[in-house]
Amino acid sequence: MKRGEVCSEEIISSVFDQIKKANPNTNAYVTLLKEQAKESAKRIDDRRSKGENLGALAGLPVAIKDNICTRGVRTTCGSKILSNFVPPYDATVVRRLKEADAVIIGKTNMDEFAMGSSNETSFFGLVKNPFDSQRIPGGSSGGSAAAVALHMATMALGSDTGGSVRQPASLCGVVGMKPTYGRVSRFGLVAFASSLDQIGPITKDVKDCALLSSLICSHDPKDSTSLPEAESNFTESLEGDVKYIKVGIADEYFGQGLDEEVKEAVMKGITLLEKLGMKVEKISLPHTDKAIATYYVLATAEASSNLARYDGVKYGFRPEEELDLSQMYKKTRSEGFGAEVKRRIILGTYVLSAGYYEAYYAKAQKVRTIIREDFSKAFEKVDVIITPTSPTTAFRIGEKIDDPLTMYLSDIYTTSANLAGIPAISVPCGKDSKGLPIGLQIMGKPLSEDLIFKVAYALEQNL
Amino acid sequence: MEYESIIGLEVHAQLLTESKIFCGCSTIFGSPPNTQTCPVCLGLPGVLPVINRKAVEHGIKTVLAVGGKVHAESIFARKNYFYPDLPKGYQISQYEKPLSTGGFIEIDTDSVKKKIKINRIHLEEDAGKSMHPDDESDDETSVDMNRCGIPLIEIVSEPDIASPEEAYLYLTKLRQILQYLGICSGNMEEGALRCDANVSVRPMGVEKFGINTEVKNMNSFRGVEKALSYEIERQIEILEKGGTVVKETLLWDEKKQISSVMRTKEESHDYRYFPEPDLVTLAVSEEWIDQIKRSLPELPEQKKQRFVTQYEIPEYDAGVLTSSKELADYYEECVKYHPESKMVSNWVMGEVLRELKERKIGIKNFKIAPTDLTDLLRLIDEGIISGKMAKEIFAEMTETGKSASEIISEKGLAQITDEEELSRIVEEVLTDNPENVKMYRAGKEKLLGFFVGQVMKRTEGKANPKLVNEVLKAKLSENRDEK
Repeated sequence: MKRGEVCSEEIISSVFDQIKKANPNTNAYVTLLKEQAKESAKRIDDRRSKGENLGALAGLPVAIKDNICTRGVRTTCGSKILSNFVPPYDATVVRRLKEADAVIIGKTNMDEFAMGSSNETSFFGLVKNPFDSQRIPGGSSGGSAAAVALHMATMALGSDTGGSVRQPASLCGVVGMKPTYGRVSRFGLVAFASSLDQIGPITKDVKDCALLSSLICSHDPKDSTSLPEAESNFTESLEGDVKYIKVGIADEYFGQGLDEEVKEAVMKGITLLEKLGMKVEKISLPHTDKAIATYYVLATAEASSNLARYDGVKYGFRPEEELDLSQMYKKTRSEGFGAEVKRRIILGTYVLSAGYYEAYYAKAQKVRTIIREDFSKAFEKVDVIITPTSPTTAFRIGEKIDDPLTMYLSDIYTTSANLAGIPAISVPCGKDSKGLPIGLQIMGKPLSEDLIFKVAYALEQNL
Repeated sequence: MEYESIIGLEVHAQLLTESKIFCGCSTIFGSPPNTQTCPVCLGLPGVLPVINRKAVEHGIKTVLAVGGKVHAESIFARKNYFYPDLPKGYQISQYEKPLSTGGFIEIDTDSVKKKIKINRIHLEEDAGKSMHPDDESDDETSVDMNRCGIPLIEIVSEPDIASPEEAYLYLTKLRQILQYLGICSGNMEEGALRCDANVSVRPMGVEKFGINTEVKNMNSFRGVEKALSYEIERQIEILEKGGTVVKETLLWDEKKQISSVMRTKEESHDYRYFPEPDLVTLAVSEEWIDQIKRSLPELPEQKKQRFVTQYEIPEYDAGVLTSSKELADYYEECVKYHPESKMVSNWVMGEVLRELKERKIGIKNFKIAPTDLTDLLRLIDEGIISGKMAKEIFAEMTETGKSASEIISEKGLAQITDEEELSRIVEEVLTDNPENVKMYRAGKEKLLGFFVGQVMKRTEGKANPKLVNEVLKAKLSENRDEK
């Protein structure tokens, strides 16, 4: 673009051509912003021609998951209850992207309120896997992952509460990163489980992922849980010596339920890193098997409270008929939320109820601390921990949707990083015999994004 | 049977911060509905709360004023319930780890001083206001979100309060402290101070607590007293009839002067409290506490004791004069110009407070400045006017706002203090009443009053009474000596 061989307007219009071709079949987008995007691109081209300084993402088409607030553009969370909600503010990440001169091209489909691992729970219809339209793209950021995989956006933002960036990235063959808890502002991210939610980038390669991360990782006074850390440029440390890096692998992540082909591909990736000079060491994360239960108690508890505001009083969906207050509440929420969301609200309400709080919520908090300590101990020995991102490649549409417990196990390798608040990235590491992508997960200690990018980059460049 | 009542109070006080507790919206009372709101206090999707340090500081001031312990770490929690004026579906409050525990408020009952212990003080946000139409046929309710997010502290007492009167005294004292700290207007009618009570009764001598009820919606200090008396009587009546009190929440109806059941125990909410994940632990350092401690103003009890020693006035006077900081300031300003502290105290407690009460205004809106009052008092001291005249002039001053000397000169109210002039009038009186002079001289000295009255009549009350007395006595005995 700098050489003037191609302009932003051309890039944006070619992306929309691609969307026109690929989106009807995948349903990755809930809202497209064609006119606005073209205008932004034109403005950026004008500024470039005038020789003005432009931001790091100048003119690049970026897609935003539809639970991240965009001023003046409806933000639905994939739910009927917010199907008409237009926020009067930008999320902090959106503001930062705009400041970097990115062109926001649309809002991507997702599991309703980010609750799901298959993108089948969206009010706006399911998303299909870019590699096999009979299969799911993963979730809940399925739309963002599919959009990037099919070149319907250069990069995208997703959100990750228990694996919602990494698992779809893995299943769609792209890169997805969940930053350290508190590294990216949650202001404007519609909350699912506040103590676990993080916004993360989904991109075609590690370099783009590092670039987008550098832009969104920064302190925000509007988010009390935001860390004080200064901004970093993660792209600068991608290359260089990797021989000093110690890699840990834990048996707990290679046990029952793990697809053989996935296991093989991940082990191959680890061997490759070993060949590059990294030391591989066995470690143990003994409470890994408690992660899913802990996660579903805490996440649903927080969700039951976070989703209480959708009551039909102030905004969003409300049934037309005249009802008394209690009936209005019931009807709004019965009709406005889908089955999975209601299941989790009920579960979360239950675990916080008098008489059950200690047995569920309080206990889960204790286990969360133990899981975090498992990681602290492991990171005394190693720098990064490598695991599969997902136990299987993309499964068939409808395969698990009626069996929530099986569905929940799709996140078996990803929820721990959210519980521990540590950064984790998923990078493609091959395909299975059906041609479906496999992802390898690299987890690091808090604030070690630079290191996991470096390992991810080394793998990507040498695969 | 004799019964005793056991009362605990939960007082909510709105804090006088400029902005709300978790967002930057203004807190000014009485603005048009829904004009002081933003996405944060409206609970729109994706927004996050950020604690207002000023609100925490106000809370800490209160804790220090009642001698409680500020916790180094406290935690915000969500109190979950559905109501249209609660936009998030939960209220951010504190639960397991409040801002403070302990402390007490001392009240002066008729017989003794009594300490009412404080259980805890915690921070929370206010909810909005549901506005139900007066017309009952109209079932539309509107919601005003201006109040959403106004900072509150909740001050929870131990069940140390033994009567409605004590509850009244406790509340008054608490309000006095909050007002001295300048952190709450204390206006119950505007809802800046709200009070809920837990009440139970038990036969005298019985140790086990009775079943308690909660009384809400008491909108004035006297209302609290009345509602509690009503509830205590109601409970005693139930027990007397052999019944049992039911654990329930009652609403006080100020108009009808009765309470009615709002919800029973079965209908009570399960608030599902859990730590607020959008806020971090509230850390309060020793340095911060020290800094706030140093900034604390003189508190009512300290001021009262100082008045007793510094101005040598009775404890009763000191108590009345320090009932509000503004009144105490007024008094001190007066004493600065007119150091006769007891005289000033009498005037402030008497004339000034009477005027304020009649005009239903506070001392802040009182027309007569301290120096105006002390000018008047000086005129009494100098004998230019009598105490009685001074009261009339004072009344005139409050009406017109004119100064004492202006009124005196306008109305020719100055006392006759000229001895020669008075001697002349006294002579006249004695000459006109020879019979009475004779009787006085024969020993009926009570007649002195009659002569004084006659002199006053002739001078239209302007004669200096002290001087009249002196001159009369002198003249009456003078002449006797001659004989």
